[in-house]
Amino acid sequence: MSAAPYEDRVVTAFLYCSVFWALIGMAAGVYVAAELVWPTIDFGLPPLSFGRLRTAHTTLVLFGFGVSALIATAFYSVQRTSHVRLFAPGLAWALFFAWQLAIVLGAASILAGWTSAKEYAELEWPFDIAITVAWVAFAVVFFGTIARRRVGPIYISNWFYGALIIVIAMLHIVNNLELPATIGKSYSLFAGAQDAVVQWWYGHNAVGFLLTGGFLGMLYYFLPKQAEQPIWSYRLSIVAFWAFVYTYIWAGPHHLHYHAVPEWVQSLGMVMSLILLAPSWATMVNGIMTVAGAAKKLKTDPALKFIVLSLAFYGLATFEGPMLAIKSVNVFSHFTEWTIGHVHSGALGWNALITFGTFYFLVPRLAGAPLWSTKLANIHFWLALAGTMLYVLAMWGAGVSQGVLWLSLDELGEVRFSFNDVMAAMKPYYGLRFLAGLTFLAGAALMAVNLAKTFAGRRTVVARPPAEGARA
Amino acid sequence: MNWVSLHHRLERNAGLLIFGILLVSSIGGMVQLLPIVTGDHAHAAPGLAPYPALELEGRDIYIRESCGTCHTQQVRPLLAEVKRYGPFSRAEEFAYDRPFLWGSKRTGPDLARIGGRYTDEWHRLHLLDPRSVVPVSIMPGYPWLAEHPADRDGTIEARMRTLVKLGHPYTEADIAAAPAALAGRTELDAVIAYLQGMGRSMQGAPQP
Repeated sequence: MSAAPYEDRVVTAFLYCSVFWALIGMAAGVYVAAELVWPTIDFGLPPLSFGRLRTAHTTLVLFGFGVSALIATAFYSVQRTSHVRLFAPGLAWALFFAWQLAIVLGAASILAGWTSAKEYAELEWPFDIAITVAWVAFAVVFFGTIARRRVGPIYISNWFYGALIIVIAMLHIVNNLELPATIGKSYSLFAGAQDAVVQWWYGHNAVGFLLTGGFLGMLYYFLPKQAEQPIWSYRLSIVAFWAFVYTYIWAGPHHLHYHAVPEWVQSLGMVMSLILLAPSWATMVNGIMTVAGAAKKLKTDPALKFIVLSLAFYGLATFEGPMLAIKSVNVFSHFTEWTIGHVHSGALGWNALITFGTFYFLVPRLAGAPLWSTKLANIHFWLALAGTMLYVLAMWGAGVSQGVLWLSLDELGEVRFSFNDVMAAMKPYYGLRFLAGLTFLAGAALMAVNLAKTFAGRRTVVARPPAEGARA
Repeated sequence: MNWVSLHHRLERNAGLLIFGILLVSSIGGMVQLLPIVTGDHAHAAPGLAPYPALELEGRDIYIRESCGTCHTQQVRPLLAEVKRYGPFSRAEEFAYDRPFLWGSKRTGPDLARIGGRYTDEWHRLHLLDPRSVVPVSIMPGYPWLAEHPADRDGTIEARMRTLVKLGHPYTEADIAAAPAALAGRTELDAVIAYLQGMGRSMQGAPQP
């Protein structure tokens, strides 16, 4: 009797939902981008109003698309690196239904006007509690699987997924400390400047441990699998991991440069943000050197192309981040579209692309059939690249213009440009950004079709751990 | 035993790995957050009072509509910002801001010093149809604010009591008077009251 088969159906379920939320969340993003060009297309309807829909956009892509993709890939890879079936599959399924329900109701609650107004933690207290419970279930399934592993060392992708689970739990709980007043309204335990420092400790590290750490877990498992090469340097992985976990958490105050918070915490945040470049790029170098042995495959395999391009954007975004954290750069970039461009070079270029690449790798394996159309995947690749580049360039243009024009003084020492003039000058950039988003979304839609066709009429393949004594 | 073989032990013990991650990741937060959260960074400016009921209602509507996605409430101590908006922001102005609404993006202008800059009537027109007073504006209109009575669900007292628990010095009389203060007013009135009160606590503060 061989070992119990891997529980991969729940992986498929999370993957499907991730693709679904990607389409919905990005469509919401495209719509709010259009609202900045044609401000009346909310038709006076509260749920379509910019503020609410923009908040729904970030919530859907972060918690719907992003987290569903992270859980799908974590569950897939932790079984294969542990040579054991997922621990408590029933709990994993409960997590699946609970998480998707929370996304549906959470998005609806934001459109209905429930928000705690803390960025990337806008969901109100009932959802904060639901997310905490779901996260505990995620931790139990994940660490339970690791605890029962039949392989000695815990593979590095699991360290990153583990850091995602642990640190996000800590951030989520502290930042959402609040006192409920009604079912849909609470007040933060912290006020003013204190609330700001807590919020950006959360906000920056949600980027750090979810959008960076979690997706690095994805990278460390799926890149070597895809490239059919071992990770280039084991030692570099160790150093980069611990340096990353230690350093990232300090960088939050760079979101509060020149704000009403103590100077020491701003400077400390800036210095640690600069240091963060080292572990970020160490991982990038490790990834690129791993791919270097598989240059041939890069020409033919769309999945690998996505992952390698995502690594390039990862390098770009993790270089840009520390630069924007320098106070004298930040003075121009802060509050401008440059920030939005920076976020999207990471979110589209890194997070979305590595997820797409991973899905193109995973779905044929889960379905037991080759990808329906390699050609369509290649078209998606170019649409994704074009969309991301156009988005980032448009927002650079807009952001640098805003930064310089807002602070520009004339010879009498008065402000040279009215706010409204600068705002009106943004219109072409907003138009380009709308087109960029549409291009990126079109690519994602092609992927959805491609993956659905690959899976059409099939069930998730039953895979088993290797027999006792076999090597990973 | 070198550090790599030491690490081998860590990566074979899930409990140790979890503990290590928790320990290493919490240091930065403890150094940066604890002194600020426990320190004296939340005392109110002299004369600063918690938001009156109508302004609190307006602020909660400002939150509901996520106005903070496009408007900041933070004037940085830079010459151009002080010229454009007014005196730079200080921590003690925000002692009663739960949550803080400093924002991170200026799609529209900063609002920290908007109070008293425009008339109530201007705000009324602007909130209902921004392009009627600012032709190039890309702000959405909020026509429903005029249609909803303030405190539609009758929770103003519950909200004020919650804030009292968090340390806002509302008196029982303040809370008892709140429903009457909101009676007959619309959500639009409440938002305008909030905007008109914004930044007034620092009027007369020395200019940098």
